Amino acid sequence: MWLVKIYVTLKKGLLDAQGKATQNALESLGFKEVEEVRIGKYINIEMKGQNQQMVIQRVEEMGKKLLANPVIEDFNYEVEVLK
Amino acid sequence: MKFGVIQFPGSTCDYDCFYALNDVLKVEVEFIWHKQTNLEGYDGIILPGGFTYGDYLRVGAIARFSPVMSAVIDYASAGGLVLGICNGFQILTEAGLLPGALMRNNSLHFICKYTYLKVENNQIPHTGSCKGGQVLKVPIAHGDGNYYIDNYGLSELIKNNQIVLRYCEEDGEVTSKANPNGAVYNIAAICNKEGNVLGMMPHPERCVEDCLGSSDGKYIFNSLTSFIKKG
Repeated sequence: MWLVKIYVTLKKGLLDAQGKATQNALESLGFKEVEEVRIGKYINIEMKGQNQQMVIQRVEEMGKKLLANPVIEDFNYEVEVLK
Repeated sequence: MKFGVIQFPGSTCDYDCFYALNDVLKVEVEFIWHKQTNLEGYDGIILPGGFTYGDYLRVGAIARFSPVMSAVIDYASAGGLVLGICNGFQILTEAGLLPGALMRNNSLHFICKYTYLKVENNQIPHTGSCKGGQVLKVPIAHGDGNYYIDNYGLSELIKNNQIVLRYCEEDGEVTSKANPNGAVYNIAAICNKEGNVLGMMPHPERCVEDCLGSSDGKYIFNSLTSFIKKG
């Protein structure tokens, strides 16, 4: 079994209204060092797969077909062996 | 003449669309459950507003894979008339029938209010009864209506006359102040290149009688019925 940690984020350059609002809130709490906040989605998938390469291939397909909208979002992931 | 209103789990404006067509325009209309895969016999298909699948993952992302959507894609490809309103518009972009995407409103607020819309293109079946440049008063009700497309995509939309409605002031001037959600180029509605598929964030079905504050939504539905009558 494999554990895939998937991160879906708004593309760089697009206004992340949630991130901006959160950044403002952090600043008002005194966290003046915060430069930028971007909010995305974290998706955890446990899945079967013969080897890492095949898992990556399937995950790429999932990203393209459903998990991210390439018009506005970037799609990144990490694959680990699930013990 | 017969319209079909698709009901997805989480559609909420399906009955309003039914009422506008059946009770106000006096045309035949049927509900279509999202599991149906045959759209034969319909002169127009409406994807109503709502919160299909709870807006999980992304607005419209799951509904786009409902069984009926393959039929909608075939129907649209064959030139059938399709109108997506609000969540229906979001589903059409997710399905690839319309370009771009709908993002969270830049204010983060859910906005429910009347807006003014300038008719930029009255050459498609959905707006044929409008005058060019006419201003319509139609309400919006959405949290994710911030239309986004990249610069190249926008130039293509302009070149192909695919921008149908833009948010404007009461007198028709398109200003940033009149933009309720941050949409690129004040875009409220776009069509596909062929002009048979329209997606719009405002709700024409919510303003079909004067007692509702406006009856301008009838321009959209009348345009469709006039187009169909002409054959």
